[in-house]
Amino acid sequence: MEIFNHDSNINFLGMRKYSIAIAIFLMVASIGLLTFKGLNYGLDFTGGVSMIVDYGQSVEISEVRSALEKGGIDNAMVQSMGGTREVSIRLQPKDDPGAVDASGKFNLDRIAADVIKVLQVARPDAKLKSRDFVSAQVGQELRSDGTVAAVFVILGIMFYLWIRFERRFAIAAVITEVHDTLVTLGILALVQREFDMTVLASVLAVIGYSINDKVVVFDRIRELFRLARKAEPEEILNRSINNTLSRTIITSLFTGITMGALYFYGGTAVHGFAVTMLIGIVVGTLSSIFVASPILLWLGVSKKDLMPVTKENPELARRP
Amino acid sequence: MSDFPRWKYALVALVMLFGIIYALPNAFPPVPAVQVTANRDAPPINQAVQQKVQAALAAKKIAVTEVFVEGDHLLATFANSDVQKSGLDEIKAALGDGYTVAFKLQSNVPGWLGAIGARAMPLGLDLQGGVHFLMQVDQKDAIEKQENSYADDIRSLLRQKNIRYESVTRNAAGGQGIAVILRSADDRKTASDAIANEYTDLNVVDGASTGDRFVLNVVIKSEKLRELSRGAITQNLGTLRNRINALGVSEPLIQQQGDSRIVVELAGVQDPAEAKKLIGAVATLQYRPGIGQPGDARAVEAARTGNIPPDANLYYMRGDNRPVLVSKQIIVTGNQLVDASSGIDQQSGTPKVDVTLNAAGAKKMGDFTNANVGKPMAVLYVEQVYETKVVDGKEVRVPKVTETVINDATIQSPFSKQFQTTGLSSAKEASELALLLKGGALAAPMDIVEESVIGASLGQDNIDKGFKAVMLGLALVLLAAAIYYKLFGLVADIALFFNLVILVAVMSLIGVTLTMPGVAGIVLTLGMAIDANVLICERIREELRNGSSPHAAIRAGYEKAWSTILDANVTHLIAALALTTMGTGAIKGFGVTLMIGILTSLFTSVTLTHAFTAAIHGHRKLKTLSV
Repeated sequence: MEIFNHDSNINFLGMRKYSIAIAIFLMVASIGLLTFKGLNYGLDFTGGVSMIVDYGQSVEISEVRSALEKGGIDNAMVQSMGGTREVSIRLQPKDDPGAVDASGKFNLDRIAADVIKVLQVARPDAKLKSRDFVSAQVGQELRSDGTVAAVFVILGIMFYLWIRFERRFAIAAVITEVHDTLVTLGILALVQREFDMTVLASVLAVIGYSINDKVVVFDRIRELFRLARKAEPEEILNRSINNTLSRTIITSLFTGITMGALYFYGGTAVHGFAVTMLIGIVVGTLSSIFVASPILLWLGVSKKDLMPVTKENPELARRP
Repeated sequence: MSDFPRWKYALVALVMLFGIIYALPNAFPPVPAVQVTANRDAPPINQAVQQKVQAALAAKKIAVTEVFVEGDHLLATFANSDVQKSGLDEIKAALGDGYTVAFKLQSNVPGWLGAIGARAMPLGLDLQGGVHFLMQVDQKDAIEKQENSYADDIRSLLRQKNIRYESVTRNAAGGQGIAVILRSADDRKTASDAIANEYTDLNVVDGASTGDRFVLNVVIKSEKLRELSRGAITQNLGTLRNRINALGVSEPLIQQQGDSRIVVELAGVQDPAEAKKLIGAVATLQYRPGIGQPGDARAVEAARTGNIPPDANLYYMRGDNRPVLVSKQIIVTGNQLVDASSGIDQQSGTPKVDVTLNAAGAKKMGDFTNANVGKPMAVLYVEQVYETKVVDGKEVRVPKVTETVINDATIQSPFSKQFQTTGLSSAKEASELALLLKGGALAAPMDIVEESVIGASLGQDNIDKGFKAVMLGLALVLLAAAIYYKLFGLVADIALFFNLVILVAVMSLIGVTLTMPGVAGIVLTLGMAIDANVLICERIREELRNGSSPHAAIRAGYEKAWSTILDANVTHLIAALALTTMGTGAIKGFGVTLMIGILTSLFTSVTLTHAFTAAIHGHRKLKTLSV
């Protein structure tokens, strides 16, 4: 069974003016969205209010959760504490309009009172035991760690591609990589999806996914350049994209299926992860086809640059 | 005409077997249980207690799976954690104060699996819950420490500027500043200017003078005080993260709560006591010049009469309790450490801690040892513990500092950056100390004010839904691969299944904590692992189209796809590696999952499928391939 015509010969490079223009527009728009609208950071990043609530009779966690949701308080973290009559609730009070006073501080008592009111609708025996602020779970060091990690990824991938391929491939991969990450974040900012640790992990996974995709196309480009007697770069790039098109789309579909299942049936816990990954897969796949190669062409890739490497490492290429 | 060597078949079979065995413990989830142990003065656990527990549970119609006595404790197992909680409440009520009743997760893994080191993955806070600690940070202590260090600095500043002073002392109550007493008004004026110029964080005010005592009050500015309090919390948070990471509990929750409290939640910790010991411990080392030898006449005299020289402290040697005099001057402390590791000293066979100092510490140590070869240096072990005392009928927790000299030896030759410290009583103590030193010092001591067991942060329905979606996603991918690539798709499916098995086995062996994002990571890894098979199958199809014979197509397909698969996976691995360098639990765990997954998928997608393909097609003449 084949979905894609293996003889497909679409002139992807011919559209490069438009595709690059769209890519640049998307990047600029994403930067704009991230600057002006910003990400909707979750409890992990912003911190919030932590409460301990006592019940007169034992209570089920799901009961508390549904009472909160009915009262319009979403994304609260509810956990049992010790026995069956005490629960801990952590939430970000942004759903409560009166919660923030003029100076931008949370009004702790007001928030606690509001939450208790909501809980008492379902269970009049709910009683506030204590309440306090909690800091962000991840602090400044995540931001610095994140920057270090991003630099590490970029340098590491560049270094590897530089050695295994050639300088231009390294640059093209990294530029496309930045594009994919930015656009994924931009879409998250646009739809104001809650950005928590899970989503952050997912964004970082998108980087891994998308580089995987690019390298497959690059590999074919290298192979075709080496095989071709007369190598017209534009033609080689087009053929490479077309040859790997079936693989690019099938892999995206397969990965997409798993993430789709998580998104539609996985419940709230994995929602953010799955949706981010889905966005990343679409963006990464499109940029592998439309963006990476035009950049390569623009950087001036040629047969000459790729030849000497062939002799250097025959052992690696032969391994099964 | 199989071109697949025999040893590779053996390797594939071995790895598959390894995967199955080490993944197996996860098929035996631990059961929620309640553990009862007798307190010191209560009657020991016996049949009577067991019957009492059974009766109490039966009276409230709480379904208990099993109640049995095991060694010195009693265990009651329950079907789920909700029943477990009700059970705990009832058992507590029935037995009263004489017994400690605690939650426990009773392992269900057959003994032979445990014997070969196979164990189940611990579940994270979101899936299973864990223990919860609330800790109060004693910020006053951090301020007092800072005041002491300012007092030292002022003393050396005055000496340096040749200003004669009578005393520099910190006022007894913390945060009240330092009193500098000088001999004349002129001296006071110069001292005041010198201090104000040198230390901009200090406020210097003239105090009341009597006779020839001219007092200067030095107080830390309020903004600096606030910064110190904030800094104490921040440093404690960082230190706690380091220590807990060293403990090997992944994905903990560590948060500041309010102004001076820290919440720590640890998943899957069976023994809260062990965790408590480490997170609350305030132990450090101080290196100070020694005065005389331990147990020499001067020290014994000082211990007997209580007449201790003003520049010295009297301590006792660990082990033999000989008195020893140690200078008040501190050369370096544990704060100036960059690395510490424990081991056994080759010469003496006693436990040791190898220490590496930072640049500033190394310089101080180098200067001191250079100038003092042949003189003694003492190593002081400082530990702060909290004790519960009853004051006016109320229980209060008071900090208690114990200081013992673990080592007092003559400096044989100068050293600076790296050296070792011996004199610890056991290898366990050495490794704990190394862990504490490495994790960094706490800026201020902490006291655990609240401790409880918490349930999963995700609802059971969410957990169930998540796992169902994972199964569905995998089933769909398996189906799609089988339809699209027929026989080769089926082989890829087998590979994918074993990829899951081996991935789970390796994660269990390493002890990665499983969380919901981790589960999503596993699915993602599997979804991407099939990429290698897609590459191989597409290549084989291409080769067939180009007119290769089936066997040649398989060989060429695997050969040509390999370089692509390698490049794609290495770059992906670099990205995953970066995730693991991020200190934060959830992301680190995700990165580790991704990394292991990439490595296992390289094996299963390429070597394992090649073995199966070779076994299926190897010795037959083929006209077509089912791909």
